[in-house]
Amino acid sequence: MQVTLRIQRFNPETDTKPHYREYTVEVEPTDRVLDALNQVKWYQDGSLTYRRSCAHGICGSDAMRINGRNRLACKVLIKDLGPKITIEPLLGFKVIKDLVVDLEPFFAQYRAVMPYLINDEPPPTRERRQTPEERELIEDTSKCILCACCTSACPIFWTTEWLGPAAIVNGHRFLFDSRDRATEERLAILNQRFGVWRCRTIFNCTEACPRGIQVTHAIEQVKRRILFEQS
Amino acid sequence: MTTGTVPTQERGPATAGTRGIAAYRGYRPPVGMLSWALHRITGLGVLLFLLLHIVDIFLVGYGPETFNELLFIYRHPVFRIGEIILVAGLYYHAANGVRIILIDFWEKAYRFERQLFYGVIAVFLAGFLPTAFFMIRAMVR
Repeated sequence: MQVTLRIQRFNPETDTKPHYREYTVEVEPTDRVLDALNQVKWYQDGSLTYRRSCAHGICGSDAMRINGRNRLACKVLIKDLGPKITIEPLLGFKVIKDLVVDLEPFFAQYRAVMPYLINDEPPPTRERRQTPEERELIEDTSKCILCACCTSACPIFWTTEWLGPAAIVNGHRFLFDSRDRATEERLAILNQRFGVWRCRTIFNCTEACPRGIQVTHAIEQVKRRILFEQS
Repeated sequence: MTTGTVPTQERGPATAGTRGIAAYRGYRPPVGMLSWALHRITGLGVLLFLLLHIVDIFLVGYGPETFNELLFIYRHPVFRIGEIILVAGLYYHAANGVRIILIDFWEKAYRFERQLFYGVIAVFLAGFLPTAFFMIRAMVR
């Protein structure tokens, strides 16, 4: 089938502001948006710039706005979108070129929550064991692939500097980990002015997450933990 | 960057349209975003009326004559229609406020986020439609 891709283009060397260009490509209904983008780049316009790596929904490189919602181009099928598809870069970040945005602020937010296991107890002779129930608490938030779909879907993030959903999800992942010992430090970070309290439970993040993580639920769990444990 | 701070993003042509209020136009709003936008708009509307209300109560200080003279503003048709909109805003803001409280304090509320919003719409209509009927009837008479 034939589909028309309306893609937002921006070349920092020649353009002063972004504009749209249309491309018509021949694809199968079961192809993914990424296949259509590849068609454009490989056979029509080599200057089209976008990120993709694994192309199987694991690396999180090809997050973009597809028909106005944040999605991974490698997970959305053409048949679910229809013959006209609009593709734009993620909101809230500086556009470097076409669909590539500067994700450095996003990773800075991620680093701010100390996304690693902190445990100064002497290491056990074998692995640090968890019960299935303890593992269940971090099951959902361990699935994050840092694609930035959630953070750049957040209306608060578009206008305000704050941690954003992805960083909180990764904070949650260690906060609720039975092996982690930095609970107080992490709660203190998440309890700051730019922390979890900026969340207005809009649920855009949950809707956008390609991994199906209940992002708003995770943020609410952190809020309740701060409220009930620190007061 | 040190732990526990959030970077300030640079502003300029490359972020134009992607940051700030302009970004709202770029996203096809899911139900949750609509509920939030309506909550903000109605909240600001009610605040605006409250400020006006404070001013008119303050005018009592200038004597009952001044106060009564200025009451014509409240009888003006434009203001009467504005009052109906205010009531709509109040009903929505109150009902959605309860929804937000539920999401904050009820562990399982996140599973019914959309259904709760439809509940808000139902409560809003059940409250607003009869109220609007009586207000319009009083206005027409």
